[in-house]
Amino acid sequence: MQRYIAVRVLQSLLAVLVMSVIVFGLARISGNPIDVMLPIEAEQEDYDRLTQYWGLDKPLHQQYVVFVSKAIQGDFGQSLKYQGKSAMGLVIERLPATLELAGFALLISAILAVPIGVLAAVAKDTGWDAAAKVVALLGQSLPIFWLGIVLMWIFAVWLDWLPSSGRGSLKHLILPAIALGWFQVAAIMRLVRSSMLEVLDSEFVKLARVKGIPEWKVVWKHCLRNAGIAPLTFFAIIAGVLLTGTVVTETVFTWPGLGLLVVDAVRSRDFQVVQAVVILFAFIFILCNLLVDILYAYLDPRIRYQ
Amino acid sequence: MPQLTITRALPWYAIPWVVDGWRQVRRYPLFSLGILVFVLVVPALFAPWVAPHDPYLGTLSNRLTPPVWQDGGTMEHILGTDKLGRDILSRIIYGARVSLTVSLIAIFVGGLIGTVLGLISGYFGGKTDAVIMRLVDISLAIPTILLALVLVAAVGPSFGTVITVLIVLLWARYARLTRGETLSIKERDFIARARVAGASHTRIMFKYIFPNVVNSLIVLATLQVGYVILLESTLSFLGAGLPRAEPAWGVMVADGRELIVTAWWVSMFPGLAIMLTVLALNLLGDWLRDHLDPKLRNL
Repeated sequence: MQRYIAVRVLQSLLAVLVMSVIVFGLARISGNPIDVMLPIEAEQEDYDRLTQYWGLDKPLHQQYVVFVSKAIQGDFGQSLKYQGKSAMGLVIERLPATLELAGFALLISAILAVPIGVLAAVAKDTGWDAAAKVVALLGQSLPIFWLGIVLMWIFAVWLDWLPSSGRGSLKHLILPAIALGWFQVAAIMRLVRSSMLEVLDSEFVKLARVKGIPEWKVVWKHCLRNAGIAPLTFFAIIAGVLLTGTVVTETVFTWPGLGLLVVDAVRSRDFQVVQAVVILFAFIFILCNLLVDILYAYLDPRIRYQ
Repeated sequence: MPQLTITRALPWYAIPWVVDGWRQVRRYPLFSLGILVFVLVVPALFAPWVAPHDPYLGTLSNRLTPPVWQDGGTMEHILGTDKLGRDILSRIIYGARVSLTVSLIAIFVGGLIGTVLGLISGYFGGKTDAVIMRLVDISLAIPTILLALVLVAAVGPSFGTVITVLIVLLWARYARLTRGETLSIKERDFIARARVAGASHTRIMFKYIFPNVVNSLIVLATLQVGYVILLESTLSFLGAGLPRAEPAWGVMVADGRELIVTAWWVSMFPGLAIMLTVLALNLLGDWLRDHLDPKLRNL
């Protein structure tokens, strides 16, 4: 077990390292990074100062070391678009909005997916099951960004029930959260369905029925509690996917989080901010994957010895 | 004694013809093939002949014409025009070409790289295998959208950037699949015989092992076309995919994003095209998998 965890941690570190090399490499490919960091009217001494600060007069591998050691301290340089703000400062400023959106989307998708999954398993091979399959299929085929626009069109423009964009009250949160969580509903639902099917077939369920416990209690209490383990571990993966999904959803609903920040930064070529957000997201994403693997290995000993 | 008949009221989802109809859709890919031919293949192949207008040129006096069935719509622009007066139907038709080209190139090159690396990895084993498999793990752990964003921020959006991002993302699954199959195939007798007969490593890999993997690879590739089209359009929507002027579906939806209050049609139709295409491809992929290679079910 310890060996397995050690190997996985090492791999994850490697993945973060590769990501940082890619970001660093691209920053250098796109030309002299100082040109990107400074406004056009900058003086020669500004150039010299920044060149010194980022170690750009040194060979490439040393530059990389400087880049990484600064990155670990959270220093990604100054934003070009928002003068006077550091890239990391902007990231920290926007992080709460993104976490709020992702958390709410996770909640909504769980609330929708778990009951549908349970129903589909209990009513296997009936219309309910087929309907659930259609939901799953739609979940995989609908582009998030378009779903967002359709929701906006129906609920904000037509019916005028909910605000179309921005952040503020709980009402602002509903549409983006549904758009973001939609894709996950299909995934969670299928997982809940398959693990429920397994549990419904087991001995203790038969015993519970024989004892005369009402069917709803058997299904929702005894079965779901046991079938919930597999989907629970999956939530960490979903958290990772949701986080990157916020990039799209925030762009659609102009939600002022990290996703919108990074897309705006790409459009205005604000490379320092792109770097900061991408490395933070990649780190969280990879961390989530790592947690899932460890959790799985803990729950299912067979994986450790593969 | 009067004849007694009992009729049960069925909910709509359990009515026999609804259930049967759904089963037919699942059994034969006619439905999905039909959609694909109409929305993707014919437009992509015959765009210059099918499209009524130039997808790049518009007349500003015609801007934001609504679709034909709404007040102010004309037969000239059946699905209306966008804010530069370009015909939406023509742009969707050319968009099919763009989506199909990008995803086929990406899947072909990514699949080729993945397959070759997978064959090498599974056939030689040992250190080579370990290195290639670590690379696979790493590339699966990198979030795609972010990679695309950095790449575009550095070199700007173009066909090349999108295809590169997609290849980096796609090769790993092919490598993993091919390696797994190679591991079991290389233990079989005919491989040992080929070796005794003096076949070279390259010959064994490509002449003896590859033909046995190709079925699974085709299924995987089909399953991925829909996913890749979805991904490409997402990237284009974010401005991290194809350049703004291209008639790509994702770009078109993004163009209509600010216009939903006044001109819903600008983003609605391209989005519909994406959804139908991906839905049809997913159905077709599922069908192919069930018939050609059921063991891929958990992929």
